[in-house]
Amino acid sequence: MLRRKAGDRNFGIHENYFMIFLTNHNHLAMVLTVTPSNASYGTNPRTNPGTSQGANHVFRALADPTRRAIFEELTRQGEQTVHALTSYAGVSQPAVSKHLTVLKRAKLVRHRRDGRETHYRAQPDALAPMVNWLDQYGAFWRDRFDRLEELLERMEP
Amino acid sequence: MSNPATNPATNPASNAAETPRSLVVERVFPHPPEKLWRALTESPLLAQWMMNNDFQPVVGRKFQFRADPQPNWNGIVDCEVLVVDPLRRLSYNWGVGGGDAAGGLHWVVLWTLTPSEGGTHVRMEQSGFRPDQQAAYQGAKYGWQKFIGNLERVVGGLA
Repeated sequence: MLRRKAGDRNFGIHENYFMIFLTNHNHLAMVLTVTPSNASYGTNPRTNPGTSQGANHVFRALADPTRRAIFEELTRQGEQTVHALTSYAGVSQPAVSKHLTVLKRAKLVRHRRDGRETHYRAQPDALAPMVNWLDQYGAFWRDRFDRLEELLERMEP
Repeated sequence: MSNPATNPATNPASNAAETPRSLVVERVFPHPPEKLWRALTESPLLAQWMMNNDFQPVVGRKFQFRADPQPNWNGIVDCEVLVVDPLRRLSYNWGVGGGDAAGGLHWVVLWTLTPSEGGTHVRMEQSGFRPDQQAAYQGAKYGWQKFIGNLERVVGGLA
């Protein structure tokens, strides 16, 4: 669902509308492209530059670089103990526990106890509101580009 | 214009290591840069396609875009002009949901105009997520860019 094809407009105006997310290793990680003919985006009345509650929640939980690093380490390595995450994050165990609590509240991680150890696991499904938000913001800009185009037609040369 | 994924002139991936990007919308308009610049920087014109505003093309100018309140958004975007490079570049902060204390979210919007055959290539780039991520954006910390770059793998299982 994250890939769509680009398209040209019919009246001599070319458009590329895409969201592009890049890794630091100079390769394309994810591209969202929406064709101009995809009317459900350009005319969506709910399109606005605000932020849905769900996305806001996830953005805030991931606003901290250490939390992002912990979350991604969990997605990369699978289930980890607090102990292992502490040595990975390079901060104190109480700090890691605090970060994990915030991630847990945003439903980005789940935990289970096994004896004295607590194991944490990433819940990437919780990122869905953020992905949806990025999609919606792209629709906002596309809509504004359409309006800009209309204005330019009306303006004196 | 060719497909952005294969055209190195417009493909941000070609210099991704130097300048990672988050969200890009671009289009070629059959109008001269002078006209585009007016539409981007004259408040009454800007209001006709963006939102009501008190914008002035002066670096440091704080202004707002205002629209009707909507669910999850009070209709206000708080901005500050960062770059005014006539006919070429315009940039401002873009904040919704109030200041940091209120948990608001912040981005930087950069408009780039480039003369092209028969018109002007307009590129809008929205980047950064909060002021506290600007350092991260430079690679000093674990940045949003890298995180989002890895989103595909992370959300690979999503429908």
